[in-house]
Amino acid sequence: MKLRMATLLPVGLFAVMGVVLAVGLNRDPKVLPSTLLDKPLPAFDLPALETGLPNLRSAELQGKGLTLINVFGSWCVSCRYEHPLLLRVGKDTRFKLVGIDWKDAPEDAKQYLATYGNPYAQIGTDQVGRTAIDLGVSGAPETFAVDANGIVRLRVPGPLTPEIWDKQIEPLIKEAEKAS
Amino acid sequence: MIRALIAAVFLAVFSLAAFAVNPDEMLQDPAQEARAREISQNLRCLVCQNQSIDDSNASLAKDLRVIVRERITAGDTNEQVVDYVVKRYGNYVLLKPPFQADTALLWLLPFILMVVALGGAWTYLRQQPAPEEGDAVNDILDK
Repeated sequence: MKLRMATLLPVGLFAVMGVVLAVGLNRDPKVLPSTLLDKPLPAFDLPALETGLPNLRSAELQGKGLTLINVFGSWCVSCRYEHPLLLRVGKDTRFKLVGIDWKDAPEDAKQYLATYGNPYAQIGTDQVGRTAIDLGVSGAPETFAVDANGIVRLRVPGPLTPEIWDKQIEPLIKEAEKAS
Repeated sequence: MIRALIAAVFLAVFSLAAFAVNPDEMLQDPAQEARAREISQNLRCLVCQNQSIDDSNASLAKDLRVIVRERITAGDTNEQVVDYVVKRYGNYVLLKPPFQADTALLWLLPFILMVVALGGAWTYLRQQPAPEEGDAVNDILDK
């Protein structure tokens, strides 16, 4: 009986360690939990990228179904990676895709969008980076899904992928469609 | 050759004096600036993750340093400044995690492991037959 205990204990410990390490391997420590989740979108009022167009105002995003807010910059390399996906989904009318041009020179951003295409229905510029900090943005690109009540439902740090789109964003679009 | 060596030594010694905090960010009031430095040293830079915003040259870190100073000038206490940042970025920005329900294990595990280890050691030692008085000493003396 004593021997069995002596053999089982290391095996048991090994199994526990294995489970803990396996969980650790599958969790990305760089993905930070958003403090905004299920909370109201912080207020912002950002000047449009193109002069003459209306400001991007948080208040005006409410009551209009799902809004996706994409934080980008012409200086941001991973933004180029997700750009084709944005162009594709930008045509979708079930939600509104708006952009926040973060810490960027307006000329550079205009050049960027002229070269790669403009997927956004509306663009606000945040040159000082204050709104980005209010949103808890740690790096571009970053995408927020905000529902019709102005509640932040999802934060995706880093580039959007088709997988993230199908698994996390599509359900929110469906839900918003049902609600309206 | 010697010149190059002197230059290398010079660089190695004096390049340590480089700080991330730019003079133009600093507050006029030295006491407030000291508070800002103290707060910044405990806030994590979110881009570099293991530097404080006080150490980091990242532009987001600079923005946060400016906000810390702004809040101080606005009359916030140190706790209010930290709360302001935590409200936006979560406890993750704190280089020293607070003691609360979901971090209790993090803080207590070392002590729990210590108790387990001491308990294990105690039961193990109790099971050993007590050595006869003076045995160990005689063993050493014999050698």
